[in-house]
Amino acid sequence: MKKSITELTNIIRSKNSGPYELTMDLMFNSKENYEFVSRNRIINEDLICRLYRIPRENIVGIVHFEPAHAIKVTIVRPICSGDLGETDVYGAQQHAPLLDILVDMPD
Amino acid sequence: MDEFRILSTTAILGYGFPVSSFEAGIARNPHLIAVDAGSTDPGPYYLGAGVSFTDRDAVKRDLELMLLAGVPRKIPIVIGTAGGSGGDSHLAWNREIIEEIAREQRLSFKMAVIHAELPRELVAQALEDGKVSPLPPGEQLKKEHLQETVSIVAQMGIEPIIKALDAGAQVVLAGRCYDPAVFAAPAVRAGFDKGLAIHLGKILECASIAATPGSGSDCMFGYLRADHFDVEPLNPIRKCTTLSVAAHTLYEKTDPYILPGPGGHLDLRETRFAQLTDSITRVSGSRYVKAPYTIKMEGARRIGYRTVTIAGARDPILLEHIDEIIQGVTERVADNFRDRGFTYKLLFTIYGRDGVMGSLEPVRKVGGHEIGIVIEAVSDTQAHADTICAAARSTMLHYGYTGRRATAGNLAFPYSPSDFHAGEVYVFSVYHLLSVDDPCAHFPCEMVQL
Repeated sequence: MKKSITELTNIIRSKNSGPYELTMDLMFNSKENYEFVSRNRIINEDLICRLYRIPRENIVGIVHFEPAHAIKVTIVRPICSGDLGETDVYGAQQHAPLLDILVDMPD
Repeated sequence: MDEFRILSTTAILGYGFPVSSFEAGIARNPHLIAVDAGSTDPGPYYLGAGVSFTDRDAVKRDLELMLLAGVPRKIPIVIGTAGGSGGDSHLAWNREIIEEIAREQRLSFKMAVIHAELPRELVAQALEDGKVSPLPPGEQLKKEHLQETVSIVAQMGIEPIIKALDAGAQVVLAGRCYDPAVFAAPAVRAGFDKGLAIHLGKILECASIAATPGSGSDCMFGYLRADHFDVEPLNPIRKCTTLSVAAHTLYEKTDPYILPGPGGHLDLRETRFAQLTDSITRVSGSRYVKAPYTIKMEGARRIGYRTVTIAGARDPILLEHIDEIIQGVTERVADNFRDRGFTYKLLFTIYGRDGVMGSLEPVRKVGGHEIGIVIEAVSDTQAHADTICAAARSTMLHYGYTGRRATAGNLAFPYSPSDFHAGEVYVFSVYHLLSVDDPCAHFPCEMVQL
């Protein structure tokens, strides 16, 4: 059964990690949901490349952080925070495409 | 001493806190009251222009409560990244507020003012000597960018703060500072473990953001002991849960396990989070790993002046041809001023399409029935930016695009005047590491008796 990622998480957010990087956190609402998504590598490089239209080398890292039941995705900012043409100084509204993720869960 | 207690007042000095939370913190007899006063998040402008992103009256309100409670009780008060960016003008701004409070409230104390602004020549020499390295994905510092940089600060570690406390300061006002240092320095000075002290500092620097429900404008309390620390919110509506505290270590960081700072990194791979009571979380196992000492530098350079126009559009035929219009207007403006030799950038941000995410936006079309348009001109003088912005605005207003029915005007302006000065434009030009032998060398300290 396909489930929206919003049913499996409490928090999905984005923020600067320094002026050159954007970091996205997905925090799951249960240990089971975290483990299922983590174990099956559902948040993977191909998915992030597709959602953000970026090449693989622009992904800084995808880190699984058990203590917070969280998966962290960090990418290179297309434009440094505050530079000309940049539109989100704090990087706080770059998480939206993640909300469209669907997870195939066992019934 | 087997316990070091720390009261963190608010996430950023000037963001405020409830007096009841603060009083609950004072009632727990803290050994330290500390606060982080800055961030690079608001962007390069504040560092470059030498102004604070926080409000003077709000900063004064927070400091007044801290000084009135701390000074008579002889509790050290440490403030980091004064004035939001921690440069010399930010430091002077914050210092003046403290002096005003001391005068008005008849408070007397010894204050250390630690500078964190680096002379450009010093950085140029360090670059020549191979002591400057980039922070990937940033590139190595370019000499010409350094020449244009108006203000460079470096993040001090715990050492300059310890030195100031050793010299008898009761209040420490520090320029640009590694955020956890204001909390960790007095604790390390008192003999506590550096790894735990810095990890506690990382949590306390954001005050109640690590609690649930989180808040950037409420106090947080820390108890540091030999092999662990406890964090406790001071407002009964909040709780520190293992999840909320662990989650905080992810905040604004690339890797939650290895957190680099001045002189080493924090290793959280063995960190354990345990629920001690309903609202207190216990943390243990965080380690500090020493490395060759580097400090992070931040600098901003001015690239010109900005003028902006805000407008909206509702015509569905226009919405369909927005790219054609932008291209046409850009060409018309360029042609119009070709012989003037202006250097400028003209940008159009289209809200309702990709105004928020730009090239990262996966939806490549206008989805709604209207769009917001920000026309932005940046040039070497404000007058040139005005000229370009006005030309783009008037050209766009009457531009004849394919299939146009509405020949009276293409834009809905919410305001008259339609064009605004956004003033000086700065960009980050330095975001690099500097190798140092002495962690205190670049942070001169002034002692002031108030």
